[in-house]
Amino acid sequence: MKNPGGEKRKVEVLEGVFDANEMIARENQELLQKNKACMVNIMASPGAGKTNLIMRTLESIGQRFSCAVVEGDIAGKVDAEKIAGDGFPAIQINTGGSCHLEAKQVKSALERLEMDKLDLIFVENVGNLVCPAEFSLGEDLKVMILSVAEGDDKPLKYPLMFRESDVLIINKMDLLGFTDFELEKVKPLVRGMNPSIRMFEISCREGTGVEEWAKYLEDVITKKGESGGA
Amino acid sequence: MHELSVVESMVSIVLKHAETNHASRVEKINLVLGEASSVVEEPVRFYFELLSKETIAEGADLNFRKTPFQASCNKCGKEFHIEGIDFSCPSCGSSETTIVSGSEFQVESIEIS
Repeated sequence: MKNPGGEKRKVEVLEGVFDANEMIARENQELLQKNKACMVNIMASPGAGKTNLIMRTLESIGQRFSCAVVEGDIAGKVDAEKIAGDGFPAIQINTGGSCHLEAKQVKSALERLEMDKLDLIFVENVGNLVCPAEFSLGEDLKVMILSVAEGDDKPLKYPLMFRESDVLIINKMDLLGFTDFELEKVKPLVRGMNPSIRMFEISCREGTGVEEWAKYLEDVITKKGESGGA
Repeated sequence: MHELSVVESMVSIVLKHAETNHASRVEKINLVLGEASSVVEEPVRFYFELLSKETIAEGADLNFRKTPFQASCNKCGKEFHIEGIDFSCPSCGSSETTIVSGSEFQVESIEIS
């Protein structure tokens, strides 16, 4: 019945605007757990090397594990085509202008993959250091990339992303000498913000440092595979 | 574009609760916005006006209550305000701390008629 009398009432709601996303993220988590598959959310600015990191990592571990990639971009499918060109299943999500991926978009991508056959799913988020930090996807690992060409002030400008990530990849180490990036300043700064973060120094272009990161990821995938699932 | 999808969720929460409570109009929406949330008040107002058109929430007053960015220390238990990017405990110096508030965006209550 409507309330035509029009007396005012206050109704308690106490519902977080991000709760709906969190709920779907938990469903994704359950789906991954059931299939003992590991999902890694890759976040960074545009051009920091997200696609290259994924491709380098797949070169290293793509033969030992069954891997797929979900690509999030505002428009286009160039990244998914690159990955598919290397022989890995790739699904492109176009966010149509939105600056981040949400759990429901990832859920529909997971439903299109042969989950029971997969060990690892990379999700390449939209290039952005702000919004992706607030939208959980149900991932096992949040990985952010900071390339030395972007400058060493980024932790000061985007603290939430550095605080929320499990892993920081410092990429484009081959360019270090051409920049003012101070590695020894950034590392303690990030450590102070997030004591449990793992840091790896990498050059995706030259391949240096990739093995150490791949070894770490391999351990995470193996642990997940051994955990209780269906 | 961030706020567009965020406000879509916000409006659907408001309308859901308004309908459950048989409201004919939503007069006011009380929101809690954390100091460290990337959601910004002005675009929320802008998109709300757009997205609430021709619903019972059209023209509702938006009231924002800001919450401070607070953490608690895992070692000594002190609760403190996070200044800038310093997440470490001002009391014992530990960097093992947990964020307790300041990143949320919540519909706290609605006032309906």
